[in-house]
Amino acid sequence: MTDFVPIDPDIDLHEPEQRAELRRHPLTVLGTISIGGALGALARYGLGVAFPVPADGFPWTTFSINVAGCVLIGILMVLVTEAWPTQVLVRPFVGVGILGGFTTFSTYVVDIQRLLNHRVPLTALAYLLATAVAAIAAAAAGLRIGRAAVRLKKVIR
Amino acid sequence: MTVALVILGAMVGAPLRYLADRYVQSQHESVFPWGTFAVNIAGSLVLGFLAQASLGSGTYALLGTGFCGALTTYSTFGYETVRLLETRARFYAVANVVASIVAGLGAAVCGAAIASAIW
Repeated sequence: MTDFVPIDPDIDLHEPEQRAELRRHPLTVLGTISIGGALGALARYGLGVAFPVPADGFPWTTFSINVAGCVLIGILMVLVTEAWPTQVLVRPFVGVGILGGFTTFSTYVVDIQRLLNHRVPLTALAYLLATAVAAIAAAAAGLRIGRAAVRLKKVIR
Repeated sequence: MTVALVILGAMVGAPLRYLADRYVQSQHESVFPWGTFAVNIAGSLVLGFLAQASLGSGTYALLGTGFCGALTTYSTFGYETVRLLETRARFYAVANVVASIVAGLGAAVCGAAIASAIW
């Protein structure tokens, strides 16, 4: 696979199309990201209300949100670069907006800090490592799923 | 009401991540994802402050759950790490994970210390 797949899915200035998108359609791009971000954050907030976690417990809800977001970004980035290269607002809306707003790094570190303050250092360490390992594995799996889907589409065609 | 505050915060946080990421990338030529690193650390500092501060649940929904949650991202962080591994930039991949987590925790602790000093 020689096609260019960006390192940074939010915005990669090495990619000429992405570099130009803000200058071409500034309000459309930022508005799309804004609406997507609100939807993602709303879903995260809703899941937090539906599945509350005790202050000294393993933050399963945020863990699941972050891992799910990583699978989806992996699939999405293959699709936007290889299957839908002309759909220029899909990455800003789904990738930057929805998935960026859904997943959170700040809650991850503040939850680790809170677990340490509640004197459950093993839970804090388990959460720190489990999220990092699962999220990276999930993003890799997402990329693999996306590439398999693109190959399948080419075979069918 | 809380829902509206979360939405409002996220509507600012998500595009700010995009703009900040663009700005940071335009300042250097490194493979290391400094843009995402910067927004994640900045958001961790602010959320660390908010979690310790006594500002009420409305402010937390707006600035914490909404703004910081949307400003920071785990999906981008995880994806970038995999892409760095795939492009054989293994050192950068490991450095990204270790530096983001260590600096993020440090930033959250600093934010909390600032809040403790004020309240």
